[in-house]
Amino acid sequence: MKYKARLIKIIIPFYLALTTLAACGPTPADTIFTKGLIYCSEGSPSSFNPQLITDGTTTDATTQQLYNRLINFDNDNLERIPGLAKSWHVTRNGKMITFYLRKDVSFHQTDYFTPTRKMNADDVIFSFNRLIDPTDPFYQVVDGNFPFFKSINFAELVDEIEKIDDYTVRFKISHPDSTFLSNLATPFAVILSKEYSEQLMAADTLQNIDNLPIGTGPFKFKEYRNNAIIRYSKHPEYWRQDVAIEQLIFNITPNKTNRLTKLFTHECDVISYPIAQQEIRSRDDLMIDEVTAFNVAFFAFNTQVAPFDNPSVRKAIAHAINKEAIIKSVYYGQAEAADSMLPRLSWAYSNKISSIPYSIKMAKQLLADAGLGDGFSFDIWAPSVQRSYNPNSLKMAKLIKADLAEVGIDANIISYEWTTFLRKIEKGEHQSVLIGWNADHPDPDNFFSPLLSCSAMATGRNRAFWCNQQFDQLLAKSLLTNDLTERFNFYHAAQQILVDQVPLIPIAHSKRSLAKLKNVKGDILPPFGGVSFENVHKVDGSKM
Amino acid sequence: MLIFALRRLNLLFFTLLMLTIVSFSLSYFFPGEAINNISGQINPSVEELAALNELYQMDKSIIHQYFAYVGQLLSGNFGISMANQTAISADLRHYLPSTIELCLAALFIAMVIGIPLGFLAAIYHNKPADKAILVFAMVGYSIPVFWLSLIFILVFSINLSWFPTSGQLNLLFEIKQVTGFKFVDILLSDSPYKYLAFKDALMHLVLPAFAVATAPTTLFIRLARTSMLEVLESNFIKAAKAKGLSKAKIILHHGVRNSLVHIIRQMGLHFANLVTVAMIAEVIFEWQGAGSWLIDSIFHRDYTAIQGGLIALAIFTFTINILFDFIYAAINPLERHKKHGA
Repeated sequence: MKYKARLIKIIIPFYLALTTLAACGPTPADTIFTKGLIYCSEGSPSSFNPQLITDGTTTDATTQQLYNRLINFDNDNLERIPGLAKSWHVTRNGKMITFYLRKDVSFHQTDYFTPTRKMNADDVIFSFNRLIDPTDPFYQVVDGNFPFFKSINFAELVDEIEKIDDYTVRFKISHPDSTFLSNLATPFAVILSKEYSEQLMAADTLQNIDNLPIGTGPFKFKEYRNNAIIRYSKHPEYWRQDVAIEQLIFNITPNKTNRLTKLFTHECDVISYPIAQQEIRSRDDLMIDEVTAFNVAFFAFNTQVAPFDNPSVRKAIAHAINKEAIIKSVYYGQAEAADSMLPRLSWAYSNKISSIPYSIKMAKQLLADAGLGDGFSFDIWAPSVQRSYNPNSLKMAKLIKADLAEVGIDANIISYEWTTFLRKIEKGEHQSVLIGWNADHPDPDNFFSPLLSCSAMATGRNRAFWCNQQFDQLLAKSLLTNDLTERFNFYHAAQQILVDQVPLIPIAHSKRSLAKLKNVKGDILPPFGGVSFENVHKVDGSKM
Repeated sequence: MLIFALRRLNLLFFTLLMLTIVSFSLSYFFPGEAINNISGQINPSVEELAALNELYQMDKSIIHQYFAYVGQLLSGNFGISMANQTAISADLRHYLPSTIELCLAALFIAMVIGIPLGFLAAIYHNKPADKAILVFAMVGYSIPVFWLSLIFILVFSINLSWFPTSGQLNLLFEIKQVTGFKFVDILLSDSPYKYLAFKDALMHLVLPAFAVATAPTTLFIRLARTSMLEVLESNFIKAAKAKGLSKAKIILHHGVRNSLVHIIRQMGLHFANLVTVAMIAEVIFEWQGAGSWLIDSIFHRDYTAIQGGLIALAIFTFTINILFDFIYAAINPLERHKKHGA
């Protein structure tokens, strides 16, 4: 009994001490949890400078957070809107583009750099000269490895970048190119600080320009632990607006089940590429944001070989495919059925173009007219790997096979390992192929020229091996003008040709999604160019 | 006592000798050039290569190379990581304290739960309480830690939302790393959220610590039970009984202390087991410790990191082992006069 009494005497004060400790400071909790946001991303960035990359993970982690571009895309209609350039002017011949810059843009102040001036023309010229001038030390430090700008031949396109005055810059380009402005609005065309580059030159640590980033974006770099976290903090002098989030943390969680678990336990506020979306939707505290990405999955016919050299046969097959069923069972609803190569968000999309409805009767009729009323057999090539535009090509091929059996056509499914598959279809060994395309930028040209032009036939990127002079001329004409109505009409006509000729059948535009806690408000996922936390805020502190 | 201490340190010395020999020879057994494996420099320039060859005396005999290697280890140079070219010693300073924290917490839990339960089982020898505790011990011992961890996460995090599942601290708390021991760092920091952070760190510790502690707890139960049974059978207890002492007094005054002596001796040996379990738990709970870092290095074929991690974890385990030996000797004077180390 004596022991018990002594024990109780010790335990009670100890317990009291513990509970008081636990109870202290509930008020500051609200601020630290509502002013900070944790985004669980799927992988580590490969650099902190988007000029050097093309992958989505790095774009997500850097572009919209750390940097700005001269031009942005509007999130609703994807038209070009002012960014760091408040306006621009293109000369009539399309060869000179003048940008008028904002005067109130400050660069990040961090432990490693303190800016003394606002952004001006020198910074813009430095950022783009780096990409095109092989004598620039910052070009040499990465051996000129700027994959996106290489793919669009940026260095050959731009003749000269000229400073008119402190806030005016003029680009002289060798030939008119209406995608030029769109290319400057891609996530890769960011503006760096010239002053910072001079500091790095003096310290002879040139590679830091890509590792210890300085930009003009809503957040500034604080810390990066390899494969674990990126810590950003608010840029207090951000020019566009006052950012609500003071701490932005990227918690790198490659395992998709772990991401889901952390969302359930509220350890992540937002997660990328969520699985188990039904389960997430069924919870009261969680929600899913999704956006149709700029991609397309399509079914291309090799128009060089019979019977697909006959447009009626191609059209018959287009009538026979049930796209809605494919959206349901291949994409689980995470896509929209495509009636054009262009996603609905594109400004050149038009619902006035006649589409090809799902109709067994019309398909049979067309086949009978083509003299193939008794049916025939052919091969569908489908890759066995998952692509962002098509989560399961083989399953899609099986559904199409079943659809075609209805109209008496017998399809065999053929698959190879991905690189072999690409090599073989580039040589045109296929009869028909299920494949797709991820756009580099939202300009409509990107959905046509690389995929269906006569020049793309030579490189094998034209999966249909279809060359139509009239179509090609429309594309070329559209590139030479900057008048949107004119361009719209050209693309309208071009799309009408595709509906008549059916070199390929667009099937779906898949969606990109992320899952988040309901108390995270604001748009995170734009249709193009990576996630952005600029407009996000959190309500109430019910976290823990 | 001095001789005892010297003998133990001698043992430590020879063990480390063997360990460094193994670690050194790995540089030759791993694929690739030995100099790259040992230094971690994947693409050294010509000058760098020459400097490295000089540093590790690669042009001399293998014995010279070995001593050069040990010399570098002693001066704290473990080479650089082949995966991301950071210094291994810096990585170890960063990650090892977290592992130590987790292991100590688990060891504490295992002792606090395991030993009293073991004693209870011994006191109620062959009664239902004993059987129940033994069943618990058997089940606990047979459960693999990764499965248990996942069940913990499912039940306590996802369903009950009591504890977080990953890391050591909510990432929004920005605590400057001073010692590497999270709890110490939090108390040292001048963050206005100090106590909140401390509580948060405790919450993060609960699940991994219990998952890691399960296996050693069951071991301690059985150790404590056997040891107490032995003590209760011994003559001095019989004498005490004959003198008419109450059972409670006998157990508290004579039983507990005498059986603890045996348990502590075993504890050091089982600590290695605990570290292994902790490594697996670290991966599941995303605990930023040396275990998950080492497993990551294995995935990345980061040979320099594997060697460095191996040596660091081994030294840690040995140190704890020897520490327990000293404690054992301190509370059991008989042991100090034994001639040979165990």
